[in-house]
Amino acid sequence: MEKRTTLIGASVPRPDAVDKVRGEARYVDDLAFPGMLHVAVVRSPHPHAKVLSIDASKALGEPDVVCVVTHRDVPGANVVHVIYDDQPALADGVVRYIGEPVALVGAVSRRAARKATLEVRVEYEALPAVTDTRRALESGAPVICVPAAAEGGGNVFNRMVLVKGDVDTGFGQADVVVEGEYETGYQEHAYLEPQGAIAVPDEAGSMAVYASMQCPFYVQGAVAKALGLPLAKVRVVQTTTGGAFGGKEDVPSQIATLAALVAWTARRPAKLVLDRGEDVLTTSKRHPSRVHYRTGAKADGTITAIDVDVVLDAGAYQTLSSAVLWRSLVTAAGPYRVPNVHVVARSVATNTVPNGAFRGFGSPQVIFPHESQMDRIAERLGLDRAEVRRRNVLRPGDRTSTDHRIEESVGIAETLDRAVVLADWAERLSRVEAFNKTHADRHRGLGISCVLYGVGLGGKAPSLDKAGATMKLEADGSVTVAVGTVEMGQGLSTAILQVASEALGIPMERVHLAPMDTSRVPDGGPTVASRGTMMAALAVLDAARKLRERVVAVAREVGIPDAAAAERWSEIARAFWTRNVDPAVEGWAKTEPVSWDPTTGLGDAYPVYAFATHVAEVEVDLATGEAHVVDFAAAHDSGTILNRALAAGQVEGGIAQGLGFALSESIPQKEGRLVVNGLTTYRLPTIRDVPLNARVDFVEAAFPAGPFGMKGIGEVPLMAAHAAVARAVAHAMGRDPARYPLDPPYVRELLSASA
Amino acid sequence: MYEIELHVNGHVERASVPAGMTLLEFLRDRLALTGAKEGCGIGECGSCTVLLDGKPVTACLVLAVEADGLDVRTIEGEATDGELSALQRAFVDAGAVQCGFCTPGMIMSARGLLLRNPHPSDEEIVEAIAGNLCRCTGYEAILHAIRVVAQQQVEPRTGEAGTKTARLLRNDQSTGGRP
Repeated sequence: MEKRTTLIGASVPRPDAVDKVRGEARYVDDLAFPGMLHVAVVRSPHPHAKVLSIDASKALGEPDVVCVVTHRDVPGANVVHVIYDDQPALADGVVRYIGEPVALVGAVSRRAARKATLEVRVEYEALPAVTDTRRALESGAPVICVPAAAEGGGNVFNRMVLVKGDVDTGFGQADVVVEGEYETGYQEHAYLEPQGAIAVPDEAGSMAVYASMQCPFYVQGAVAKALGLPLAKVRVVQTTTGGAFGGKEDVPSQIATLAALVAWTARRPAKLVLDRGEDVLTTSKRHPSRVHYRTGAKADGTITAIDVDVVLDAGAYQTLSSAVLWRSLVTAAGPYRVPNVHVVARSVATNTVPNGAFRGFGSPQVIFPHESQMDRIAERLGLDRAEVRRRNVLRPGDRTSTDHRIEESVGIAETLDRAVVLADWAERLSRVEAFNKTHADRHRGLGISCVLYGVGLGGKAPSLDKAGATMKLEADGSVTVAVGTVEMGQGLSTAILQVASEALGIPMERVHLAPMDTSRVPDGGPTVASRGTMMAALAVLDAARKLRERVVAVAREVGIPDAAAAERWSEIARAFWTRNVDPAVEGWAKTEPVSWDPTTGLGDAYPVYAFATHVAEVEVDLATGEAHVVDFAAAHDSGTILNRALAAGQVEGGIAQGLGFALSESIPQKEGRLVVNGLTTYRLPTIRDVPLNARVDFVEAAFPAGPFGMKGIGEVPLMAAHAAVARAVAHAMGRDPARYPLDPPYVRELLSASA
Repeated sequence: MYEIELHVNGHVERASVPAGMTLLEFLRDRLALTGAKEGCGIGECGSCTVLLDGKPVTACLVLAVEADGLDVRTIEGEATDGELSALQRAFVDAGAVQCGFCTPGMIMSARGLLLRNPHPSDEEIVEAIAGNLCRCTGYEAILHAIRVVAQQQVEPRTGEAGTKTARLLRNDQSTGGRP
């Protein structure tokens, strides 16, 4: 293949790693500005209450305190602008979750600011709280959300349906019907760098914001709205971002808005960095879910129908719940051909912290169920679990659950075949069975999971699926590139340099990616939905094509043959300068039109889909209930891989997050209070908990409209991993779990129930 | 306020600090050495790991006054004359860095291990970084990076004569099995 002689696919080490290993990469808390204040947040201790009064006089008397800001000081709209503007920046009259911001303290040091929050006296009158979706859906339950935000009535923020074919007919054709109820809980992003932003009043009444984030244009919109400024007067610069995983999609809009309110009030730079405990308690998490599945299949394992009910706990405000719920809806059938589909999905308000984006974005909540159902069908029919999947996975020309006929870049069957080979599935199954016959104290199990992921925002938000890039040929031949999606650890900046270098035909060292700054590139939407690299690369290719045209023309003028353009690049760049040729170009990209009918839930939901199959082997201690992953194989179809090492890094990291979700990560919630103490009681996987021998491979079913055939990968590994691990534990136990996490107490409970 | 004197990356630092100031605050806020990160502030994540007399500690749990008279090495002291150490190079080459926030602490924990044990086994590497959380990589590439260095000769180091860490390093080199 000729691409192997190029940069595309090469495991180029990431240039940004050099600053990072030196300790010189600047994250938001590493920055300071002259006169900068530190912000601390006065937060609601009640899940639902009226705010009767706020008395800041004592706090203002503290020597290091400069200002206290409440909703009265908000110059623009008092909202955290995300999708639906129901969430106030600072509570005005009512609080709806524990931790909701009520007032802000600006002080000369972080310690002084935090200390002074205790001196702000807020009088509350408790209101009845609803902290459970079951209660929230009961008739007669108090409406606890902003009523206008409840599009589904009562406490139902959003209600969506998907109807394809006729499920009654489908179940009529079925030889077996399997039914199950599944629950998942909170998953905390636990990006190692806590949330943070610095707002800096700029010239002419404008505001600059430096923050750790995924979506600078979201932050620009939110800050402009709260300050009452035109977008052109808000400039947002992304600082080196220490992990995000969806947790820095919508939340930075809140963090930056709060910092900006203090900066605006005090006319001084203001920094808000959350401490870890505060971050875990008060920022978005993966939506807890209750999902019901009924699946019908013929005797040969062919699925005939699914009937699905999804309830997501949205928390107190809408934030991104409508978008998250949509992905639950359109992913409910997984990567399988299902002729008859009925899905009802609701996001429900409770007096808890608003939930938002987390890698997978509403899909893990239906993947655990749909993969459990597949295994149960296999078991009922006496079929091999990999074989049942093989008989149902989408092939080119098939229609997805939304009736989207997909012709190209459909590699799910290849990932399944590859993962089975990587795992040595049949042989490993017999080894596991032999192991279990000879071990009474611990059992092993194998799990397999297949997933589909629509890349991009799709039919729910088609106006966001675009991207911009700027490219400038400097007089010395170096090239400055800027893109509108961000590096947050995933490797986008390296892939973009590879693509720009490849497209221009010059070495990577000559291309420099400028820091993300909203004043430098047009609004190209968010860095989410596994779209960041694909979209930015498309925009870069567009810009590079335009610059190449000019390079060819200038080269011709000065008598340099096109074949020598690469070697004589500097000469050509110099000729741009001497001949007054415009050296700057803009690139733009948008995806193929998508369509989605909200009444039926049908349509061409996404421009393209990524796929994966994971196989996990676990060992379960039957006495303690501890499960440990001992082997892992993963095969992905993300189209052409731009950088194999980076892609493998995404997979390995996603496996770790997925097994954490399945086995250990959870936060109990009691009457609206999250029972967790930072990372002390939240069990993140350590190096002791992960498989250090994962075999990862890519099948690369090229996406013709993608950059060099690439689609997306970011979220897919987590999505496939958790269910493979959970089903491996199920296999080891001989019991079907109904909820996550499969931590030792729950495993012991399941084991004792089987005795 | 308390007067302290300590070595930081080979330089003598004298300062007057409040009793409650952590070593992490001292390094970040007083010395502008922001390589050590605050990921949790309570010793859970390891992002602030530095070497105190050659041993890894979480700087958020050590008071600045406790470091009085001691030798502190931070990530900023890992490169020599601007050249990445073999350990830093291995992190870059192995793809052991994604968001990078855990990286300085991870490297310092690994450095602490390599100082007392230049050729650790995989199990010893795992033990040494079991207290450093990483949310991006799944640890596999990190293990690989440290393993690469563990299988190499001990890195020659220069500068910082007279510090305890430098003496440890010299001891390492004398027993490090260099060819």
